[in-house]
Amino acid sequence: MDEGRARRRGVPPRLWLAGGWLLLALLAAIFAPLVAPQDPLAQDLMLERLPPFWMAGADPGYWLGTDSLGRDLLSRLIFGGRIAFIVAFAAAIAACLVGSALGLIAGYFGGWADRIISRIVDVWMAFPPVLFAILLVAVLGTGLSSVILAIAIIDWTRFCRVIRAETMGQSRMDYVENARIAGYGRIGIMLREVLPNVVPSIVALLSLEMGIAVIVEAILSFVNLSISTDDPTWGGIIAEGRLSIHQAWWVLVFPLVTLILTVLSFSQFGEALKTRFDPVLR
Amino acid sequence: MSAICLDIRDLSAVLPNGQRVLRSVSLAVQPGEVRALVGESGAGKTMIGKAVLGVLPSSVRIVEGDMLLEGEDLGKLQPKARRTLIGARTALIPQDPLTALNPSRRIGPQMTDRLVRILGWSGEKADTRIRQLLDEVQIRDPDRVLKSYPHELSGGMRQRVLIAAAFAAEPRLIVADEPTTALDVTVQKQILRLIVQLQREHGTAILFVTHDLGVVAKISQRVSVLYAGKVVEEADTAALFAAPQHPYTRALMAATPRYTDPFASLKPVDEAVLAGLASEIAAADQAWRRSHG
Amino acid sequence: MAEPLFSVRRLKVALPDMTRKPLIGRAPLVEILKGLDFDLPRGSVTGIVGESGSGKSTLGRALVRLLEPSAGSITFDGRDITHLPEAELRPLRRNLQMIFQDPMSSLNPRRTIASIIAAPLKQNGLGDNLKARVAEALQRVGLPQSFASRYRHELSGGQRQRVGIARALALSPKFVLADEIVSGLDVSTQAQILTLLEKLAAEMGLTVAFISHDLSVIRRLCRQVIVMREGVIVEASATDALFDKPQQAYTRDLIAAIPLPEIDAGWLDIPAAAKAPT
Repeated sequence: MDEGRARRRGVPPRLWLAGGWLLLALLAAIFAPLVAPQDPLAQDLMLERLPPFWMAGADPGYWLGTDSLGRDLLSRLIFGGRIAFIVAFAAAIAACLVGSALGLIAGYFGGWADRIISRIVDVWMAFPPVLFAILLVAVLGTGLSSVILAIAIIDWTRFCRVIRAETMGQSRMDYVENARIAGYGRIGIMLREVLPNVVPSIVALLSLEMGIAVIVEAILSFVNLSISTDDPTWGGIIAEGRLSIHQAWWVLVFPLVTLILTVLSFSQFGEALKTRFDPVLR
Repeated sequence: MSAICLDIRDLSAVLPNGQRVLRSVSLAVQPGEVRALVGESGAGKTMIGKAVLGVLPSSVRIVEGDMLLEGEDLGKLQPKARRTLIGARTALIPQDPLTALNPSRRIGPQMTDRLVRILGWSGEKADTRIRQLLDEVQIRDPDRVLKSYPHELSGGMRQRVLIAAAFAAEPRLIVADEPTTALDVTVQKQILRLIVQLQREHGTAILFVTHDLGVVAKISQRVSVLYAGKVVEEADTAALFAAPQHPYTRALMAATPRYTDPFASLKPVDEAVLAGLASEIAAADQAWRRSHG
Repeated sequence: MAEPLFSVRRLKVALPDMTRKPLIGRAPLVEILKGLDFDLPRGSVTGIVGESGSGKSTLGRALVRLLEPSAGSITFDGRDITHLPEAELRPLRRNLQMIFQDPMSSLNPRRTIASIIAAPLKQNGLGDNLKARVAEALQRVGLPQSFASRYRHELSGGQRQRVGIARALALSPKFVLADEIVSGLDVSTQAQILTLLEKLAAEMGLTVAFISHDLSVIRRLCRQVIVMREGVIVEASATDALFDKPQQAYTRDLIAAIPLPEIDAGWLDIPAAAKAPT
């Protein structure tokens, strides 16, 4: 095979794998009530700790087995995906909007705007993010919207820093001066000339941030600070699985694998998108 | 005199898509001469220098031809032996003196490293040698320079340091890759003078890669004009400037600005010349493909 | 016609020196231009030559008011523009155009050539009949119409620089700053671009400030020359006079350092003792 051409033209395999997994997980989450084989909340003590399908004693209705309360693990993972994705999209987009806007302003205008924004970012990033999140949720109260809000409040700095640096680089390009020569105003130049050139980075970061949001949500669930305890979440399932690791390892392993695959896919997907978004630079 | 210093015979290199970037290049550098390689961007002149030094990018593959360094066929040596031979007998004066030096290390250790590591000299011997060379490139305060970081020196100073480093190990051949392109004209003149002066004193052969026919005229004894990886003309420098044979060489000379003759110079290259070149290269490629199935 | 297009008096420009910026607070200012006086006559090409650190590019940026001078005055077309705020400069910009050194970085990678050329037209109220105007601009610089829909990475260096010229001239400006516009190009391309600029400047009666480090090019293109060094004007005169009778030692050095493409064994003037090879 012509390796060079394959790299240029074809879709890289990691994009297929990452995108495929995300699409699968997303569709499953959206249509959870239709695809989940069981009610994720239905307990049945007769069915507790059923092993996954390939092991002796498995029940064909419970592919990935059941937990210590006899709830279907696969169904719980699918329903948990709903929360994971809602949090991923909402929190990442919120953090992205705030952070990118401030990063653009700081990078493009420089001067006091940059000094103020950069100082805030420095202070913000001095807090350990997970502790910060736990603290915020403790203050805001548990619930879906507080989790989203907390993640956005913590992680906008990630966008701000990167977009600021990219914007500064772009602003030094001659075409920015060119636009001034052409008679454009500052805000017009920022939106017209600079923004399109930092979009690939924003997209890549956004995807990465979705992965991070999934992790943070899982951590918050793990310490029981996320949503109500009844709704299945990946972090919550992991926390429960940890308690029965010796009797039923699958309750811990399957949600962990799901979580890791999802987070990895988000970051790979972002990287691949960035390269594809930038035919100009390749 | 001894054998030919560098003998390149029918060297062809291709990109992964099969396109030839060097087209049966042959050239010989005699011991102690300055041999110019001149061409515009994409002519492959830097590529030849890299091929000699064994640092071609991995995408470029040599498919044919031999390179003999003082009679030793580089292609027949094991990679390790080849590296040792190239390391001991050649050196590079790079185009950009800033990126050629590690910004986070002082000049001194960067200069002695090569002598100690590749040639196995003692640190003391290397240090003495470097100071001697710094003196030869007219650096009057070697202590300060050796202790400096690259960004603390001016462009001309950095280039002097790199010239000193290149000559320090007494190589037989130096590849100078556009060493003055990034410099101001007055500094360029000093640096060219320095290179030629050291070259004569040390009897080193230089393969001098440049795009500037003016520089070619001033420093080289023999010259190859390249276009698209092909040698279109090869001549003694004096003969080339007296009577350029190939239409492309003539066009290049007419395009080069001359303040002494502003309206006879800066002539855009004629389309017919470029068309002629294109068909010349197409014919060469066809013949090459035929003989290589 | 007697009044010059640009009158520059005691012009000083100071810029922050980022290498000496303290951890907290502002970087100290360094004076890049140290009091320049000169005029640019209408309809002529003036060369500004100097080595790195001479301040020639800073001067160019001050002329088109991408920088604000710290002292002195710049009068453009009878109007003092030294400290005009950006909003008041905007209507003047159509007459203060610029061609950049690096045609790669001066073209936005995400815009088509047509959109790049159209931008100054739209912004200056010439948005009607845009297609025809862009076509005319392309034709003027000898580019085929099919280039309108291409992007910068699809063009060669010379073609990019033609786009740069097309955009700068699309508004038929009174003044064009050309900052080292051929220093990144091959000699054959360089000759094309320079003859194009030469032709268009004559046809359109442009006033051009041609910044370059290359005196050979300046001799061909410019009627007068300003030689700069370390922020001051060393010598300014008509081009022929400058080359035939340079008044300053620095100018003579600059001219003597140009390697002409002709054999001259004495040019390097290496001391005789160093000659014999061992």
